[in-house]
Amino acid sequence: MSLQPVMLWTDALIFLLLAGMLGFVWMIRRREHLLAPWRRVGQSPMAMGSVVLLLVFVVIGLLDSLHYRPRLQGGAPDKPQYAVEVLSAFDALVSGLRMRQEKTYSAPLAMHLYAKEFIDRGGVQVRDYPRLQFGGAQLADASGHRADIARRTLAGGLYGVLMSIAATVLLGLWQARRRQLKLAAWLAAGWRGQLNWPMRTVVAMVSALLILGCITANLAAAYHVFGTDKVGQDVLYISLKSIRTGLVIGTLTTLVTLPLAIGLGIAAGYFRGWADDVIQYIYTVLNSIPGVLLIAASVLIVQVYIESNPALFDTAAARADIRLLALCLIMGVTSWTGLARLLRGEALKLRTLDYVEAARAFGVAHGRIITRHIFPNVFHLVLISIVLDFSGLVLAEAVLSYVGVGVDPSMYSWGNMINGARLELAREPTVWWQLGAAFVFMFALVLAANLFADGVRDAFDPRTGGRR
Amino acid sequence: MMAYILRRLLYAIPILIGVNLLTFTLFFVVNTPDDMARLHLGVKRVTPEAIQRWKIEHGYDKSLLLNTRAAGTSKVTDTIFFQHSAAMFAFEFGKSDDGRNIGNEIRNRMGPSLAIALPVFVIGLMVNITFALLMVFFRSTYLDVWGVVLCVVLMSISGLFYIIAGQYFIARLWNLLPISGFAGGIDGLKFILLPVLVSIVGGIGSGARWYRTIFLEEIGKDYVRTARAKGLTETRVLFRHVLKNGMIPILTGAVVVLPLLFMGSLITESFFGIPGLGSYTIDAIQSQDFAIVRAMVFLGSFLYIVGLILTDISYSWADPRVRLQ
Repeated sequence: MSLQPVMLWTDALIFLLLAGMLGFVWMIRRREHLLAPWRRVGQSPMAMGSVVLLLVFVVIGLLDSLHYRPRLQGGAPDKPQYAVEVLSAFDALVSGLRMRQEKTYSAPLAMHLYAKEFIDRGGVQVRDYPRLQFGGAQLADASGHRADIARRTLAGGLYGVLMSIAATVLLGLWQARRRQLKLAAWLAAGWRGQLNWPMRTVVAMVSALLILGCITANLAAAYHVFGTDKVGQDVLYISLKSIRTGLVIGTLTTLVTLPLAIGLGIAAGYFRGWADDVIQYIYTVLNSIPGVLLIAASVLIVQVYIESNPALFDTAAARADIRLLALCLIMGVTSWTGLARLLRGEALKLRTLDYVEAARAFGVAHGRIITRHIFPNVFHLVLISIVLDFSGLVLAEAVLSYVGVGVDPSMYSWGNMINGARLELAREPTVWWQLGAAFVFMFALVLAANLFADGVRDAFDPRTGGRR
Repeated sequence: MMAYILRRLLYAIPILIGVNLLTFTLFFVVNTPDDMARLHLGVKRVTPEAIQRWKIEHGYDKSLLLNTRAAGTSKVTDTIFFQHSAAMFAFEFGKSDDGRNIGNEIRNRMGPSLAIALPVFVIGLMVNITFALLMVFFRSTYLDVWGVVLCVVLMSISGLFYIIAGQYFIARLWNLLPISGFAGGIDGLKFILLPVLVSIVGGIGSGARWYRTIFLEEIGKDYVRTARAKGLTETRVLFRHVLKNGMIPILTGAVVVLPLLFMGSLITESFFGIPGLGSYTIDAIQSQDFAIVRAMVFLGSFLYIVGLILTDISYSWADPRVRLQ
């Protein structure tokens, strides 16, 4: 084998989560009462538009979760040696971006380095901006720079337009066949908004992303689209790699929160008595500690543990990964209280309802009453809180990394990017591209998540039904 | 009323004990003083003597809970738990790792923290309520829809961006205000202006949207219909009736955070170089000064509990229907 698969802890959990979500989709597919609110989500243009963007992020994140260690050249054929560096399927896809490393900072789409150096020009030492090793290397001199960028942008845009037309036609052929319509009739119906899903928004969003993606890809083949960072790494690559970190924090934290919040919250409301007192006490204590401080204290302790047990982790990636997982665990343990309180209140109300009392009178076991009668009736609250929390967690990562208790400094994350770049604004001329790229990517993910969460809340929350 | 407050205060004690035990476990049991010493002295080349010396210097050389070598009451009092954790109930925070008195630092730093946090809180509340009421006034028009979209966009922007952009454009590029720093008295105003402005702008998105939902809930109630049926103008209904009733959940929600204003804001203070409690905490976290982090955890939870009690009192003050007993 030319590579050795590596399964990091967070990878395993991500794929577990994916399997869980697929299982959930399969389960509700045939149950009309569970499907109905999702149909409402599907009719909201805002929600569906953001789903398209979220899907792109998720696909990149999943590809970036398939890790492996490449085989080193040489060595005995029966005893292969593998690199220490852990790569992912995504790295293999964009290996061009990863490998083309410059010396230090360079501006977006630049041909020259950011700083002047002494260059040997025909035997004479000149102090000038040296050419980049890879950015714009196909050009003989700077005169054709702008024209080349314009040409590549145009060509990329053209590819994008063609691809989006092809995608629309393919989608149309498939959908029209299912509805036994002519392609033109389906397109016309979609354009007039007569389909049961917001076809216009989705098609527009997919096309916009395709065009943007093609332009970026076409430019990235010859330039550093977002420039390079201090050690000369492509900022676009770092930003894309950070997607996985953001997604992991946003989803795995909730995964930790859920069992605690659901189990303890429902138990407190359903059993009342001493169980209620104990659980309320626990969450009041946890709630009273300022969140950042509790997270900071716990992360410091995990850090001490990792530093005093270096033998447990074989690669730097494994060490960074454990720290990421620990961060998710800690954030989960400190943030379940809000949902638990909500569920407790709801369970208190539900337990007095007739059907629950009837079940109890029939002698149904407590566990069964909770799983069959209480849980399904609070599920919408759980779902709303999952999607609402996601964006907050992604934003929190940046802040925590700034405080110094976020993800491992060696890990690609938007928080680390911002943290590393914020002092560079004081330089002259300003190095803004790292900050800009991190904020743009983070903003796109969080905005999409927020809009999707709004759609889900409107569809599931009986109180907001009808008005926004 | 007095009896109620007294009971709530007594109820706070077990919670503070819980917080104390939790921090004690985190800082001394999971992570022993030996680990701390090693971290501060550097992982490599640490002799047992050096560790011992560090522990004696910082008073961490005693037993955790029970000192078997001592006699009488000092069996309990001459321990790490009593001297470093239980002492916090008397607000004795001890010394930080660099040897300064934490209690003194906290007293000196509360002022600067409040100088930022209080204006942010008061002005922010007013700005958010104004925006929310405007959106409610123009509800179900395009103005409202785009207002909500703007709120979502604003709240999707990282808080760090507001700070960095504010510092870059207002302070560095346009030279309107100093980038960072602090001074007491009237000179301090120019330093305070930028962090306050940035914090308020950063909070508008989520704040205005949240208050809008509160007002919208209020507007569906019967008394609003009655007021309209009486022939009152929409402005009067909104600004006299709805605003007053909507203030009840808003004020009581805001009271919880009132005592926590003393703690200041971690990020804002450290970016703008305000010598408040927030930047103190950040520095402590970054230099891994566990004594300060412990003190701040205790102080934070104490202030939170004070906030909870104040909330209950403010309920009965803002809404005569609520009686405390």
